[in-house]
Amino acid sequence: MELQESPRSPAATKQLFWFFGIATAVKLLLIPSYHSTDLEVHRHWLAITHSLPLSQWYYDETSEWTLDYPPFFAYFERFLSVFANLIDPRIVHLHHGLNYKANSAIYFQRISVIVSDLFLLYGVYISTRNLPSLKRNLVWVLVIWSPGLLIVDHLHFQYNGFLFGWLLLSISFLAQGKDLMGGFLFAVLLCFKHLFAVAAPVYFVYLLRHYCRGGLVRGFARLSAIGAVVVAVFAAAYGPFVYHGQIQQVIRRMFPFGRGLCHAYWAPNFWVFYIMLDKGTAFLLRKVGFNIPAPVASFTGGLVGDASPFAVLPRITPMTTFIMVLLALSPCLFKTWRDPRPRLIARSVAYAYTCGFLFGWHVHEKASLHISIPLALVAVESLEDAKHYFLLSIVSCYSLFPLLYEVQEYPIKVLLLLLHTILTWFCFSALFAKNEATKGTLEVDKKTTQSESKGTSRTGVEKQRFELGWVAKSYLLGVVVVEIWGQFLHPYLLGDKLPFLPLMLVSMYCAIGIMYSWIWQLKSIIILS
Amino acid sequence: MKKRGEMKKVKKLKDMLNDGEHDDPFWWLLQKGIKPSFLCISIFALLVRVAVGLHPYSGANTPPKFGDYEAQRHWMEITLNLPAKDWYRNSSVNDLSYWGLDYPPLTAYQSYIHGVFLKTFDPDSVALFTSRGYESYIGKLLMRWTVLSSDVLIFFPAVLYFVLVYRSMRLGMGQNSDVAWHIAIILLNPCLILIDHGHFQYNCISLGLTIAAIAAALSQKDLVASVLYCLALNHKQMSAYFAPAFFSYLLGKCLKNKNPLLEVTKLGLMVIGTFAVVWWPYLQSKEAALAVLSRLAPFERGIYEDYVANFWCTSSVLVKWKKLYTTQSLRIFSLAATLLTCLPSMVQQILAPSSKGFLYALLNSSFSFYLFSFQVHEKSVLLPLLPLTLLALEERQPLLWLTHFAMFSMFPLLHRDKLVVAYIALYALFILVYFAPGGPSGRCNGSKTRDHSQTTKRGMEFIFSIAFHPLVMGLVGFCSLILHVIYLTMRPPTKYPFLFEALIMLICFSQFVLFTLYFNSKQWMLSKHLTSKDKQKKII
Repeated sequence: MELQESPRSPAATKQLFWFFGIATAVKLLLIPSYHSTDLEVHRHWLAITHSLPLSQWYYDETSEWTLDYPPFFAYFERFLSVFANLIDPRIVHLHHGLNYKANSAIYFQRISVIVSDLFLLYGVYISTRNLPSLKRNLVWVLVIWSPGLLIVDHLHFQYNGFLFGWLLLSISFLAQGKDLMGGFLFAVLLCFKHLFAVAAPVYFVYLLRHYCRGGLVRGFARLSAIGAVVVAVFAAAYGPFVYHGQIQQVIRRMFPFGRGLCHAYWAPNFWVFYIMLDKGTAFLLRKVGFNIPAPVASFTGGLVGDASPFAVLPRITPMTTFIMVLLALSPCLFKTWRDPRPRLIARSVAYAYTCGFLFGWHVHEKASLHISIPLALVAVESLEDAKHYFLLSIVSCYSLFPLLYEVQEYPIKVLLLLLHTILTWFCFSALFAKNEATKGTLEVDKKTTQSESKGTSRTGVEKQRFELGWVAKSYLLGVVVVEIWGQFLHPYLLGDKLPFLPLMLVSMYCAIGIMYSWIWQLKSIIILS
Repeated sequence: MKKRGEMKKVKKLKDMLNDGEHDDPFWWLLQKGIKPSFLCISIFALLVRVAVGLHPYSGANTPPKFGDYEAQRHWMEITLNLPAKDWYRNSSVNDLSYWGLDYPPLTAYQSYIHGVFLKTFDPDSVALFTSRGYESYIGKLLMRWTVLSSDVLIFFPAVLYFVLVYRSMRLGMGQNSDVAWHIAIILLNPCLILIDHGHFQYNCISLGLTIAAIAAALSQKDLVASVLYCLALNHKQMSAYFAPAFFSYLLGKCLKNKNPLLEVTKLGLMVIGTFAVVWWPYLQSKEAALAVLSRLAPFERGIYEDYVANFWCTSSVLVKWKKLYTTQSLRIFSLAATLLTCLPSMVQQILAPSSKGFLYALLNSSFSFYLFSFQVHEKSVLLPLLPLTLLALEERQPLLWLTHFAMFSMFPLLHRDKLVVAYIALYALFILVYFAPGGPSGRCNGSKTRDHSQTTKRGMEFIFSIAFHPLVMGLVGFCSLILHVIYLTMRPPTKYPFLFEALIMLICFSQFVLFTLYFNSKQWMLSKHLTSKDKQKKII
């Protein structure tokens, strides 16, 4: 059945454009909404790249929002600044442009994000063109109508959509066996945003074992080919800065380890539990009678300096988190080494990002998109995948809620999540109901003499229906409870007391979901080989 | 033979399962039935409404008079702080010249309820006197939410009711995807969303009540229909645009009954009862009732304002109505013109009331009012647009065309409100929904029948064959698109500062008139078609 369909029919392309068009209309409507300081950050980068020579980009300190993305992103900003300059020169003025909030600046930047999402469209198109149409529609719903991407890119303001386009492209090239192209695109992506580097070990092992095989000579030739490609990409990105002798400064800007283990709002990862354990033990020990001094820096107070924020448990350094990420990643790397399969690459990449999200240093909540977007490609493969993805996408979207803390956007984020939940629910249940129905008709086909109304025979059908277990259901209901507590009951019952509690609850609760997803993905990677 | 037939059936079923998805990419959304897909579409429609609410409202930051937003807020302030008797009366605490209440009592009650809501969260926004011109972040949000909640509580359920009734009426004609498309078209009507959630008004209430009344009338619950329609009328006097249709359809049905007098009395009592309840505070004395009435009919404001694409305003380019005649005689002119143009569709419904004819009658009478009645606003185009969206499955091409021109006719207004981005986005959304893959217009079937050429015969044929010629339509459409761009980018010559508005008005008026003629003739064709069918039945 899947072979009969023409995957590249013009109707399918039209439909894809339709999905994208609906999303674009909503994005346009969202232009006047709240935006974070990231809008000013990116505006300032436009100004830096436009007004200063390349040699000063990574030295400029006119504003506190210094350039801390890799060079390709800086080039991208340089490219945008050409148009910004045409529209309103003040946007790209280094000094007069500071905190420039005119409509011209906001509209230009917002629309540049919307236009750059065309890369996402292309990435989705390439990665879904060989799927049967229902599954294809489903992936479009999951990626193009992703509420998380809308919240982060089009409300909060960032340029993630087009980067995810690159990532999807790269993954789908790998999945099709075009390893060199996939590797090349990933290298480009790394030079856009280094946060994607978490998956680099997976790429490295995969390319080494899958691309560079077939004997010593051929393997070596291929290794040098891909090495040359990667070096060329990095040379294109960092070459000018090496020429100016600034490479150290660039790297210092890109990896600001002075920022502390957790972001101001804790991303829902492993360290949340660590902090809670620390606080809990300290509390208990104090009860018992030990004299535990309160830590100098506190997590609830916002940004953390150099002092240890832990009362009892050992301090965490960037090195610790690095080793933990690698450790968590190692089963996947091991599997990839033993058996590099194109079909599993999307899973492995998503798993790598999950590890990075859970154990990484100074992780932003936005990084949960790195898990949910690539996984959308495999969510349609089996019932188990669908169930897992349903839970994960809700949790990852909900964990983004604290990004939009103003009242005005409250209905928007709730409606986005609600719509996403209902749509994915319908999608998945239709997908698996369909499998059931096809089985039914096939059986009818065999006994043509019987009436077709008895077609839906029940053999082996019960297992295939998309249903959630009671644990998952109650967990999702818990999301509602946490939200109601944080938004309504907490302010009503406790007033201004414990202001950090609602946010802490959100990140703790979501951390449970992400931890579950991590374990599930680990299990599926181990089993699937 | 029998076996063969069954095999064919099975094959068909298999084909449906295998290739069905090609025809219908939204199969996954629709397979659970109408109500779940309604839920889905309405959440999306709600999201769109909230997003439009982020944009400015009419008269934002423009003292001293502000705009409709301030009017609605002021009504909340007045109704909340004064007793019901003083709402419509000029007094030291209620200056009627500053956005005095000029809508019927149901609007006043609704303002009161919303006023209570605002008071609990932001008392400053509805304080007497001091809140004039009050604008704040939270105030805007609360006001927006009152419209949203009205939409969710009245308009959305009414649409669901209508769609369910309409579907059972069509008796299995059309698939689920058509119904879903219909729901989306009604809920995502760009004009309504822009006026209610952008410009700021509560049309969703009166239009929602009207839809519910229409649905009730279609499902033969005439008494409920009359009550609901009276409520709509008592929320916004503009709902009177539909009065001829309701009147003639219900009357026509009564006359067909065995005991017409009894039926008419029942309906009359319902109407009087509803009015009595709604008007109760003002029925204590004749003066009070008359005072309210005089507020509802602001004849002193002249026969037209601004640039409306109706007859009086458009013809004033040639005939200076306002200078030639007194307001008094203009009142009579407009009344006569409106009634005369309504008459054909009324007569048709009284003679042969039918469900489909009723929908066309709603369309025709509201267009007559829009084109010929006294004091029409740009926003009034929402009223003819409503029955048109209800008829979306029958009148697909006119729907696209007229929505385009309805939007266009409001473009200057929305431009003043700084809603151009929302305008573009909603316009795009409408086009996308209209051509949705799997929807009736998105399906690539070659049989694009031109309804006009089939139904319109003889007299009108010639006009329509020219006016609906693809070339002419293409030219007009192209002109309107170009005018959008010109309006946004160029300045009119100083000698004619309103040149562009006048051009927009002319184009829109020409299309509105054409389609009024077309729909009227279509309604009459309907009855001929029906009567010939009846005759056939009788012969058989």
